[in-house]
Amino acid sequence: MTDATLPTAPLSSAPSSNARIALVGNPNSGKTALFNALTGSRQKVANYAGVTVERKEGQVATSSGRTLSILDLPGTYSLRARSPDEVVTRDAVLGKLAGEAPPDVLICVADATNLRLVLRLILELKAVGRPMVLALNMYDIAQRQGLRIDLEGLARDIGCPIVTTVATRKRGIEDLVAQVEALIAAGALGAENTWHEPDAGQIRGAHREAQRILKANVQAADRPDTFTGKVDGVLLHPVSGLAILFTLLFVMFQAVFTWSKAAGDLLGEGFSATGAFIAAHLPPGLLTSFLTDGLISGVGSVLVFLPQILVLFFFIILLEDFGYMARAAFLMDRIMGGAGLHGRAFIPLLSSFACAIPGIMSTRVIDNKRDRLTTIMVAPLMTCSARIPVYTLIISAFIPNVKVAGVLSLPGLVMFGLYAAGIVSALGVSFITRRLFWRGAVEPFLMELPTYKLPDLVNVLRSLYLRGKIFITRAGTIILPMMILVWFLSSFPGAPAGASDPAINYSLAGRIGHLLQPILAPIGFNWQMTVALIPGFAAREVAVAALGTVYAIGNADASPGALATTLSHHWSIATGLAFLAWYVFAPQCASTIGVVKRETNSWLWPAVMLVYMTGLAYLAAFIVYQTAKASGLG
Amino acid sequence: MHDTLAEPEKTAAATDGATVRLSVAKPGDRGVIVDVQAGRQSGDHGVSVDELHRRLLEFGFVEGARIEVLHEGAIWRDPIAVRLDDMRIGLRRRDAADVWIQLDAE
Repeated sequence: MTDATLPTAPLSSAPSSNARIALVGNPNSGKTALFNALTGSRQKVANYAGVTVERKEGQVATSSGRTLSILDLPGTYSLRARSPDEVVTRDAVLGKLAGEAPPDVLICVADATNLRLVLRLILELKAVGRPMVLALNMYDIAQRQGLRIDLEGLARDIGCPIVTTVATRKRGIEDLVAQVEALIAAGALGAENTWHEPDAGQIRGAHREAQRILKANVQAADRPDTFTGKVDGVLLHPVSGLAILFTLLFVMFQAVFTWSKAAGDLLGEGFSATGAFIAAHLPPGLLTSFLTDGLISGVGSVLVFLPQILVLFFFIILLEDFGYMARAAFLMDRIMGGAGLHGRAFIPLLSSFACAIPGIMSTRVIDNKRDRLTTIMVAPLMTCSARIPVYTLIISAFIPNVKVAGVLSLPGLVMFGLYAAGIVSALGVSFITRRLFWRGAVEPFLMELPTYKLPDLVNVLRSLYLRGKIFITRAGTIILPMMILVWFLSSFPGAPAGASDPAINYSLAGRIGHLLQPILAPIGFNWQMTVALIPGFAAREVAVAALGTVYAIGNADASPGALATTLSHHWSIATGLAFLAWYVFAPQCASTIGVVKRETNSWLWPAVMLVYMTGLAYLAAFIVYQTAKASGLG
Repeated sequence: MHDTLAEPEKTAAATDGATVRLSVAKPGDRGVIVDVQAGRQSGDHGVSVDELHRRLLEFGFVEGARIEVLHEGAIWRDPIAVRLDDMRIGLRRRDAADVWIQLDAE
C-alpha cells in the first residue's frame, strides 16, 4: 500500500534466500487463520527449548524463490508478558528466546474492526525496532460494517506498510508476502530496540496516541455489528445463558461417548488384533511378551481414547472460533470462582473428562502460575474415560440392575454419583488449596469477549489435526517409558517351572502387591486387587485386564461379563464399593504424572499430586468399606 | 505507588451524572471512565496493585473511554460484561473497583 517497490529478481547482494517472519497480534485477530492461509499444510509443530509452549512454524515459497519461515506466536495484548505463552511471544519478538534467531520481519495481525488495543501493541512493537508489516485482517467484515479506514494515513502514522487481508478467504495473502519481501529486499534492518516494560503512565500515553491515530484515520462504522450484542443478550443471560451452556455440555458429552465409540472400539480391536498377530507369529518369550503386553496393549490403551479426545476438541475448537468459549468462562467464573478457580480453568477441566493429559496441557492459557497449578492439580479428579471400563465392571458386578423410584436405574445413578464425586472433589480440593496454601489470593479476571464469527471449517479441522498430533507425540513420548516400566514390573522375575498361580504373582508387581496388601486390608482390598493395582498404574482401565490376569480369566477386556461374575463371588459388596471409591481419587495413571512433571518442570508437583490423590483415595475407600461393612454388606 | 504520572485530579461529578465505581454499576448503566486508580481495592489479588492497574489500562480501561454495563452473572451478579468503546470485556466486580465512571445524565 505504501511502498510500491516490488522485489525484482533477487539481488546478488541478497545475503540469504531465507528469512524469518514472526506473526504477532491480539487474541481473536484471526492470526491462526492467517498463518494457515500463508503456510497451508507446510506446518511443523514442536516445542520451544525448555518450555512447554508449542512452537508453530510454517514455510512460504515466494515468487522470487525465497523461502520465508513463518513463526506463529501466541496471541497477546502486550509485550509485558504474564502467561508462559505470552513470555514466548515477548522473548521471540525481542530475539531473546533461547535457540531462536530473532525474526527479520514482524507481521502484526489486527482485527480491522477492533483496532484500539492492537494499536497500542503496535506502538510497543515499534519500539522493538524490527521491520514490520501490519495485516489488517477481517477486512471484509470492516467493509460490510461500513468502517472507513484511511490506509495511507494509518500507515504513515504507525510508520509501517499495511496490507488488508481476509485470511479465511485467502485474500490479500500474496500482497502480504510481497510486502514482506519488499522490506527484506530493501534491506530494512530496523532501528535499535528501545522497548522496556511500560509503567501505568506510559500505557496511558500509548492509549492516547492510539486514540489519536484511530480518530485521525478511522471513521466509525455505519452499520456496526449488532449481532454479537443480540446473541449475548441470550447467551450471557443469567438464566437462559446457563441453561444453554449446560445443554451444550450435555450434547457434547453425548457426542463424545456415542460418536467416538465405533472409532474407539475399532482402534481397540486393531491393537488387540495386532497383539494377537504378533503373539501368533513370534515364538513365545520375552520379546513377544514385551511387544504384546507392554508396547502394543500399553500404547493402545491410551490411543483408544484418541477418538473421544478428537470429538471433544472438535467441539471446543468450534465453540472457541465462534467466540463462545470466552462466554462459557464468563458464565462459569463465579461457580468456579467459589472454589478458587479461574473462569479460564473451565476448558482444561472440561477436556479432562475425556483425558486429563490434554486437559493439563491446555492449562497454559491461564495467566497466573497459582491458578494454573491449582487447575493442573485437580484436573485428574475429573472422571476421565479411562475410569469408565473400571466403573462399568464393578457396577455390573455389584450393583443390582433395579429401578429407583420407578424410572431411574440404580447402576445409572451410581455412575452419575461417581461423576459428581469427581467434580465435587475437584472443586473441594481447589477450595482447600486456596484457603490453606495461598491464603485466599484471587487473581484478577479480565477477558475480552470477542465478536461472534462463523467458524471456518478448514481452520477448525486444521486445528483439530494439530491438537491430535500434539496429543499423540506428547502423550506417546511419556506413555512409552511408563508402559515399559510397568511391563517390566509385571513380568520380572518370571514364574518358576511348574508354578500353578498366574505368572504376575511371582513378578516384582506381585511382590509389591503382597507387600502392600496389609496396608490396603483396612479398605477391604485382597491381595489379588493389590497386585492388579500395579499394572493399573499404566492406565486406569488396564486394571480390568490385570484383574482378569490375577483371577486367570482370559480376555477380560473383550468380555467383562465373566470377570464380573467372578468378582461378585470373590469380593464382598463392601470391597466392590471401596474399589469404586478408590478409583474416583487414586492417581492410577502414570502418564498423567509424567505430563504434570513436564508441564510444571519439577518433580515436586507430580509428587504432591501422587501423595494427595492416594491419600484421598485411601480415605474414601476406608470410609466406604467400613461404613458398608458396618451396614452388613461386608 | 510506582506510578510516576500524577493521577488526574478528580473531584465529585462535574455534571449531573454521578461518579461511581464500576464495581457497583448495574446493567444498563453507561458513561465515561473518569479515573482509573491503583491500590484502593480491598482483598488479596495475588498481584500487586500496580499490576492490576496496568492490566486494566492495557485492556483499555483508560480515562475518557466510553463504557456501558451489558450483563452480569447469575451468582452475586458477578462477573460483569461491559462494552468498552468497541470492545466487550468480562471482569469481576472486585477487579473493577478502581475504575470510576461518570454516568450519563438521564
